[in-house]
Amino acid sequence: MAGSELLLEYLSRYFPILVFVFVALAFGAGTLLISYFVQPKYPEPEKLSTYECGSEPFSDARMPFPVRYYIFAMLFVIFDVEVIFLYPWAIVFNKIGLIGLIEMLIFIGLFLVAYVYAWRKGALEWD
Amino acid sequence: MDHIFFFYFAAVIAATSLLVVALRNPVYSALSLLIMFFHVAGLYVTLHAEFLAAVQIVVYAGAILVLYLFVVMLLSIKSEERYHSQLPVAGLLGVMLCTEVILLFIQSRTGAAAPAAADPIAGPGNTEMIGEALYSTYLFPFEVASLILLVAMIGAIILAKKDINEPVQ
Repeated sequence: MAGSELLLEYLSRYFPILVFVFVALAFGAGTLLISYFVQPKYPEPEKLSTYECGSEPFSDARMPFPVRYYIFAMLFVIFDVEVIFLYPWAIVFNKIGLIGLIEMLIFIGLFLVAYVYAWRKGALEWD
Repeated sequence: MDHIFFFYFAAVIAATSLLVVALRNPVYSALSLLIMFFHVAGLYVTLHAEFLAAVQIVVYAGAILVLYLFVVMLLSIKSEERYHSQLPVAGLLGVMLCTEVILLFIQSRTGAAAPAAADPIAGPGNTEMIGEALYSTYLFPFEVASLILLVAMIGAIILAKKDINEPVQ
């Protein structure tokens, strides 16, 4: 049972995160529930329509998005992955010293090439 | 006691994975995929892989899922009705995978117990060990990863940018 106790002790360090998760869930669910119980309900057909004033929607809102949104999602993924590599590097920076710095400079240098490419090709512009 | 966490995470992962393929609205599928990513991160935490759990949340739940949602919205898929003709192939693959899983399960029951993991509390941190390995032993794959990401970015720009050959003013 020693392994089980060890795991429990280890997982108990994640208890604050668990509390945060429950607070987040309870805030979302609680707000909806309280407003559902507290709000006055006078359902009328005019009030239940999509817009009480203004024109009715005449087509579906889910139309195809322009493909240029895809560039931004892709750039976000790529730079997100780059930042992920910085975390273990920052933690072991004192141990690996100058070689680690050079490694990371090469790594970021290649990303700089990608960034300059995106900039020069106008991928960061909207029009 | 320590099986409770595993069974909770495994059950939610299995259920939400089923929902990803079973739900008709692709946006709901993506959102159940989000729940699955969070529970996979929880499973990593119980396996003492904290760094992987953080990567799971930051990269998969944060970035990859956004990419999936963008693709759903770019293609404007309202409801998927097309995959019923794939039933024979999917059934065959499913039977094969189930046989494999059952065989693995039987073998793992008779096999030796897994070696005990290092002390997760007193030992060096997970991220620290990954950093030491990544920036010394696996230096070359690390730099190659940067190159692959560069290629991915150029590919995405070429695919999505229409007026790629026109100079920018």
